[in-house]
Amino acid sequence: MADTMQFDLVSPERSLASLQASAVQIPGSEGDMTAMPLHAPTLTTLRPGILKVDAPEGSSEYLVTGGFAQITAEGLSVLAERAIPMDEMTRAHMDELIEEARAMYKTAKDDDSEHGLVEDAAKLLSDMEALGTHMSL
Amino acid sequence: MPSLKDLKNRISSVKNTRKITKAMQMVAAAKLRRAQEAAEDARPYAERFNAVMAGLAASVGQSDTAPKLLAGTGSDQVQLLLVMTAERGLCGGFNANIAKLARLKAQELQAAGKTVKILTVGKKGRDVLKREFGELFIGHVDLTEVKRLGYVDAQNIAKDVLARFDAGEFDVATMFYAKFQNVVTQIPTAQQIIPAQFDADDADAASGPVDYEPSEEAILADLLPRGVATQIFAGLLENGASEQGARMSAMDNATRNAGEMIDKLTIEYNRSRQAVITNELIEIISGAEAL
Repeated sequence: MADTMQFDLVSPERSLASLQASAVQIPGSEGDMTAMPLHAPTLTTLRPGILKVDAPEGSSEYLVTGGFAQITAEGLSVLAERAIPMDEMTRAHMDELIEEARAMYKTAKDDDSEHGLVEDAAKLLSDMEALGTHMSL
Repeated sequence: MPSLKDLKNRISSVKNTRKITKAMQMVAAAKLRRAQEAAEDARPYAERFNAVMAGLAASVGQSDTAPKLLAGTGSDQVQLLLVMTAERGLCGGFNANIAKLARLKAQELQAAGKTVKILTVGKKGRDVLKREFGELFIGHVDLTEVKRLGYVDAQNIAKDVLARFDAGEFDVATMFYAKFQNVVTQIPTAQQIIPAQFDADDADAASGPVDYEPSEEAILADLLPRGVATQIFAGLLENGASEQGARMSAMDNATRNAGEMIDKLTIEYNRSRQAVITNELIEIISGAEAL
């Protein structure tokens, strides 16, 4: 059995990581999951959360804010709307993200758009806040 | 016949012009490298995205419940032209070529009885098109203040376009930009972004049966708006590289022309100087002979 797989993390602006990983924990929109080599082909959307990569050389963490992950027999690609390496993450960054989510929630609520949109924005906001607490910032 | 002093002034002014165009060329070259890198960095995301979308679209697209962004509104009566040009001039035919393509398309659509709406990104395209299609404008996106193009800028444009689409303001959206081929060639391109079109060839052939979480339709509905932003972002980056490439070759030409002009003026200057000297000599000699 293969013990590593190809892992790629790309954001629209640049490619952040491309390496061999043994396991990757993905914050899927319907719950966290861990992809290991030979995982069944899956396509899932992401919620804001932390992506944990375990590689033979050591593990790393990234903060992602939505997008999707594609697991195939050959490996795993994560296409994140925005991805920031954990060690570059600061309090100010987090505040900015939460502020953005809050503004989105407010506009969605104010212009009385479809119910689903408001709920989505609310969920995004609570995800962001939970993330902040998790990181104990 | 201009006097010697006039010629001298003329030469020094052209020399100054050459210095400026040379500097602009070098600045454009440096910016071009950065723009190209940015375009290259964005490519993996766009490619993977399109591959996934093509696969999804192929499996969901045929059903009646397919999202409007993919299947269209069932009409093509109202057409939105998203014309992306540069914020600055002095880049050869770059802006004019994109505007020309957009103008032809607009005229063609109008002749076919369709309603045309125009949304511009970049000042230069707006200035050109405003003269002819002023009443068709529904908006303009100003990127003058943007130093470095980010995905956020594309997202904001996409948000604007999608809001208009949701409000039923148009049926089909086409994006105009210049594809970067190399420094001398940029190809003005029209690309339909709504309803989304995907190359079936791009689809992952090897994927086979795939688990979807949440359902296929939900993923597609989530991804389609992102797809619009991704396409606009790719277009903006291509445009950025094209603009710098066009400016670089335009300024290279201008520098060379200034050089030729300086050579020509110098020859003229030397000839007239010679003529003045000869004249003076003749005067002296004939004066001496008369004595």
